[in-house]
Amino acid sequence: MYDFALVFSLRHARREPPMALTREQIASIAALARLDLTSAEIPVYQDSLSRILDFVSALDRAHTTDVAPMSHPLPGLSQRLRPDVVTEQDRHEQYQANAPQVAAGLYLVPKVIE
Amino acid sequence: MSDWHTSTLTQLAAGLRARKFSSVELVRACLARIDASQAALNAFISVTREQALSDAAAADRALTAGSGGALTGVPIAHKDIFCTQGVRTTCGSRMLDNFVSPYDATVVAKLKGAGAVMLGKTNMDEFAMGSSSETSYYGPVRNPWNPQLVPGGSSGGSAAAVAARLVPGATATDTGGSIRQPAALCGITGIKPTYGRVSRYGMIAFASSLDQGGVLTASAADAALLLREMAGFDANDSTSVDTPVPDYVAALEQPLAGLKVGLLREFFDKGLDAQNEQRVREALKVYEQLGARLTEVSLPNLPLSVPVYYVVAPAECSSNLARFDGVRFGYRCQKPRDLTDLYSRSRGEGFGAEVKRRIMTGTYVLSAGYYDAYYLKAQRVRQLINADFTRAFGSVDVLMGPTTPTPAFAIGAKTSDPITMYLNDIYTIGANLAGLPAVSIPCGFVQQLPVGLQIVGPHFSEARVLNAAHAFQRVTDWHTRVPQGYA
Repeated sequence: MYDFALVFSLRHARREPPMALTREQIASIAALARLDLTSAEIPVYQDSLSRILDFVSALDRAHTTDVAPMSHPLPGLSQRLRPDVVTEQDRHEQYQANAPQVAAGLYLVPKVIE
Repeated sequence: MSDWHTSTLTQLAAGLRARKFSSVELVRACLARIDASQAALNAFISVTREQALSDAAAADRALTAGSGGALTGVPIAHKDIFCTQGVRTTCGSRMLDNFVSPYDATVVAKLKGAGAVMLGKTNMDEFAMGSSSETSYYGPVRNPWNPQLVPGGSSGGSAAAVAARLVPGATATDTGGSIRQPAALCGITGIKPTYGRVSRYGMIAFASSLDQGGVLTASAADAALLLREMAGFDANDSTSVDTPVPDYVAALEQPLAGLKVGLLREFFDKGLDAQNEQRVREALKVYEQLGARLTEVSLPNLPLSVPVYYVVAPAECSSNLARFDGVRFGYRCQKPRDLTDLYSRSRGEGFGAEVKRRIMTGTYVLSAGYYDAYYLKAQRVRQLINADFTRAFGSVDVLMGPTTPTPAFAIGAKTSDPITMYLNDIYTIGANLAGLPAVSIPCGFVQQLPVGLQIVGPHFSEARVLNAAHAFQRVTDWHTRVPQGYA
C-alpha cells in the first residue's frame, strides 16, 4: 500500500488522526446529492469520505496567496457564440424512447402538486 | 486470415487497400477471437456482430470501387462511454443498462466516416471512475497477461481487447490516467491528446475540465493513424480547439537527435517499484542512444496532483451526474412514493459504490462553507502545477518517466481502500490537470508483466510525442509482445 507521505515525503505531512464525518453529515450530503443510501452504506461512506478529506487536506500546505484559481486547462480559450438560429430537428420520439415512462409526448413523474 | 493479429493496424489498413484480404474476412476473424476470449477477459459489454458484418461488406464494396478512406474496413472497438446511435451505450453502469443512444459521438462519427468498422463496445469502470476496471456493473475485466490481475482502468476493456489482439485498435478516454495506466498494465500503446484536441461531444461526461478521448493500439504508428482521423475541431463541443490537425503519420520518422528530454525527479521517488524503475531507466538509455539529451527537472508542486484531482474530479462529477434523474432516460426505481423518492432511489440503486462515493465527495467540497477551503484551493494548486509544467517546457521538449508505480495488481487487492486505488494514477494525473498530451508505451517486463514508459509534451505536441514513441518502437520490440494464449 502507498502511504502518501512516504511516496512524496511531504515536508509537513499531516499526522493527526482524520476528522471523522458523522452519520448525520453523510445523510445530509446524500440528501443534497439525491442519493438514497441503505443504513449499511452510511458507515462505509463515513469511513471513506473521512479518509478522502484527510488525504486532500495535504492541499492546505501549498502557498496559494495571489494564485488565481484554474478552472480550465487551456488559458485564453473563451466560450464560443453561434448565430441564434434553429439547428436541431424535432426528434422527441427518438429521445423519449429511452424514457422510463412517457405519455402523449410528456415525461411522467409522480404527482408533485396535490 | 486467422493470423491477422500478427499484423499492426497500419499493415491491416494497407492490406485492405491492396485487396490482399477483405474486410468481411478480417471482421469475422476478429469476432472469432472476441468470442473465444470473452469468458476469460470480459473485455466487451456489447458485440455488434450483424452491424459489423454489414459495415464490413459495405467497406469491401468501397474498396473495390476505389473510394475507400484511410481506415476503410479496419475493425475497431469503442469504449462504452462513447454514444453510438442505435447501439446500447452503458458507460459500465446499471444506470444506463437499457440506454440506446439516439446519436453518435463525434469520435464515433469521424472514425465511421474514415471507414472504420465498429465491432462492439468495451467494458470499463462505471462512468470511467476507477483505475482497475473492477467497478463495472458488468463485472471486472481481466488482464490478458494474467487473468488474476486487473488490466488497469478505466479503459480496461479497450486495453485488454488490444493487448489480446481481439481488435487492432480501440477508443478510450482519460480523465486521470484511464488510457495510459491500462496501456502500461497491458503492454500496449495509449495516447491521451491535448485537452480540446478530440471532441468530447457524445462522450459521457465525468469531469469536464479533465476528460479527453484518445486511442489504445499496439504501436505509436497505429495510434497516429487513428488519432489523425479522430482529432479536430467540433462546433458541438464548446471546449474543442479550432487548430489544424497535423499529419501525425507523416511526422513519425523525424530523427530524435537533439531532443531535450526532462526526467521528472518527482516520478523517480520512493513509491516507484525498483524493478519498474529499472525498466524505465533502460528505456531512457535507448533514448540517449537515439540522440536525445537527458536532463533532470523538478516540478515541486506535482506531488499535490492526486489531492487536487480528488477535489476537482469529484466536484465536476457530482455536477455532471446530476442529469441522471430517472425521468428522461436511464434507470428508474420501482414504485416511487414521490418525486424526491424517485430521484433518490433511482440514483441510489442505479449507481455503484465508487460513483456514489465520488458524487458525495464532490457534493461535499462544493457545499456552502467548504467551497473555498476545498474546491477553490484545489483550483489554485492546479494553477501551481500547471505553472510547473510550463516552466519545465521552457527548457525541455518532452518529459519522461514511469506511467505507473508498479505493474498490474491482483483483482480485489485495492478495492477496500479508495486512497490506495487513487494513488495508481500518481504519475498520470498531472497531464490531465495541465491538459497536456501524453503517451504510454511498453518498455519491458517485471516478472512477466509489462511496464510502461510515459512521455508528456507541451500543448498540441501530439506529433512530437508520437514521433518519440515511434522512434523507440523502431529499435525495440516490447510493443510486439503478445500474452501467452493470444499469440
